[in-house]
Amino acid sequence: MADRTGDNGKPPAEELPLLQVKDLKTYFFTRRGIVKAVDGVSLTVRRGEIRGVVGESGCGKSMTAMSILQLVDKPGRIVSGEVWFKGENLLARSRREMTAIRGKQIAVIFQEPKSSLNPVLKVSTQLLEVLKVHQDVGRLPRTEEAVKMLKEVGIPDPERRIHNYPHELSGGMAQRVMIAMGMACAPDLLIADEPTTALDVTIQAQVLDLIRTLRNERGMAVMLITHAMGVVAEMADVVTVMYAGTAVEEAPTLNLFDEPLHPYTRGLIASIPVMGQRKERLEVIPGRVPNLIDMPPGCRFAPRCRARVEHGLEKCTVEEPPMIEARPGHLVRCWLYEGDQR
Amino acid sequence: MAGYLLRRLTLAIPVLLGILFVTFSLARLLPGDPCHSALGEKATPEICAAFNERYGLNDPIPEQFRIYLRDVLRGDLGNSIKFGRPVTELMVERLPVTLELSFFAMTFAVLIGIPLGIVSAYYHNSAIDVGTMIWANIGVSMPVFWLGLMLSYLFGVALKDTPFWLPPTGRLTAGRIIEPFYQAWGLDVDGSALTLPGFIANINTLNALLVRDWAGFWDALKHMILPAMALGTIPLSIIARMTRSSLLEVLGLNYVRTARAKGVHELSVVVRHGLRNALLPVVTIIGLSLGSLMSGAVLTETVFGLSGVGRILYDSITGRDYTVVQGFTLVIAVMFVFINLIVDTLYAYLDPRIRLE
Repeated sequence: MADRTGDNGKPPAEELPLLQVKDLKTYFFTRRGIVKAVDGVSLTVRRGEIRGVVGESGCGKSMTAMSILQLVDKPGRIVSGEVWFKGENLLARSRREMTAIRGKQIAVIFQEPKSSLNPVLKVSTQLLEVLKVHQDVGRLPRTEEAVKMLKEVGIPDPERRIHNYPHELSGGMAQRVMIAMGMACAPDLLIADEPTTALDVTIQAQVLDLIRTLRNERGMAVMLITHAMGVVAEMADVVTVMYAGTAVEEAPTLNLFDEPLHPYTRGLIASIPVMGQRKERLEVIPGRVPNLIDMPPGCRFAPRCRARVEHGLEKCTVEEPPMIEARPGHLVRCWLYEGDQR
Repeated sequence: MAGYLLRRLTLAIPVLLGILFVTFSLARLLPGDPCHSALGEKATPEICAAFNERYGLNDPIPEQFRIYLRDVLRGDLGNSIKFGRPVTELMVERLPVTLELSFFAMTFAVLIGIPLGIVSAYYHNSAIDVGTMIWANIGVSMPVFWLGLMLSYLFGVALKDTPFWLPPTGRLTAGRIIEPFYQAWGLDVDGSALTLPGFIANINTLNALLVRDWAGFWDALKHMILPAMALGTIPLSIIARMTRSSLLEVLGLNYVRTARAKGVHELSVVVRHGLRNALLPVVTIIGLSLGSLMSGAVLTETVFGLSGVGRILYDSITGRDYTVVQGFTLVIAVMFVFINLIVDTLYAYLDPRIRLE
């Protein structure tokens, strides 16, 4: 079940994707200039699939998620783009309508679960709040429902745990509570924003397992945001690689790891240490992520790109490449593949 | 929770002992001589010797302290040298005035300060926010006596013969008497001695409520409005600024984002998730302000012709009326300890992490 990647195109091509983000731009208007945190991101999530979104810190992956939910704080603003969810453009929804969608149809879990829970409210209060805000008025959720929710995410002794405060939980336990909260209304899409970054390695595996199991049982789609290639390899059906505010490569997971096309993706994969292999130094990508206020013209990765130099490409510093379908189902934003386009 | 409170209570005991020691010592260390200030500059050494003998001022200091402790525990704070009456009697008269004034000042400050802070934080950096904060800054720097004078001029003189007129002085309109509730209820109480009913009966508004004298209540309340506003303006400004900055900080935290992501309505996010966490530092400030109200009360009581603790303390210090200074300082300090105890309890109620500590 985890491996749905090979049979790309298994769902009929006409089927409407659950989530379709088109050319999304979210800018932050600061005194020092306009920070283009998300600058033309497009991605789709199909029903039931785990979509990995990978990239280093500050590449705009979390901000893409926040933009989908319209939870971008000032001075940030969604400048343009479309977010189609179940056939409706969310950006055209009112604030009130978005409040009804959040937590019910699209749920989120965050990095640092312990600080994501309110320190002064009991676990049960926070769990039941989701039901309270999304169910018909007049029906008060009962404590047993909170117990049931905790049981489903595998928290031992849930009858006792619901009376705990967040500071009495471990990090892994807190993330399970967050997941339980996210699952409360059986959402169609779960956005997991670095769900394991703050956790111990063993707990990481457990939490990822839980997310996969829940996906398999309930058939919800997951948008898994992470900076760890390993997590993506293990979890995702399809991957979007982001760099400096935009998507640079998109492919089924197996294809991506078999044959990474974008020089940035190659660099990322090469920088993963491999067990049993002795190396003097790990591979690094030279240079730094460009300043999001003052983006270089042309390809954003060009200043750091070895392939550009090796192939003597000059177009890169002048014109930004479009997404090119270099292999079937494998998209890449790089001039190297201009000729490969079908 | 119970264990936490018990620990706090136990900690209050050494503090109270310390207070007793300090109030006792301070009175002895003050320059000047009680005999001359009580009997006048012309008192002869012989008369003074007799005076000192009579009031035990010739005893060794430790012996004086022992007697002092014993008397305090019996509820005897000595007699005022100047008034020739027991200090406790003065307390029953004066303390209710200041308590009533402080209560209304604090209510005014909290009921207006906290909502102002919330609105400012919610409309962060808007005209409302900037305007409110400018006023808060002005309020904080306003001298109490000046504000008091301006208020009594505005409401007491300039607005005379309009419905907005408010009495600029005193506690009740001349000639109005509110029957003490213990008389109305037929209780046998000596109103001037140190008793709880006597004390309560001197809180005019509360007493009027107890005997259902609505006209009296309204009259007493009207007399409290101006002094309470004058005294409450500084704490109001501090509370508003504190609520704003604390709430702004909390609203940027992860769990507030979680609440929004859950689909909680914005108002509920601010009040349920934001405010409760943001109130912790505000509660501290309120506790501290209650203490500083005492010093503000001296000026306010003078401006508005109220005979409360502030006035009598001032008169007694200048007149070297040791026992009165000692007695009132002690009571104020004890009140401070209990205010802190209440603040600690509120803390534990607001934040479960503190209960563990």
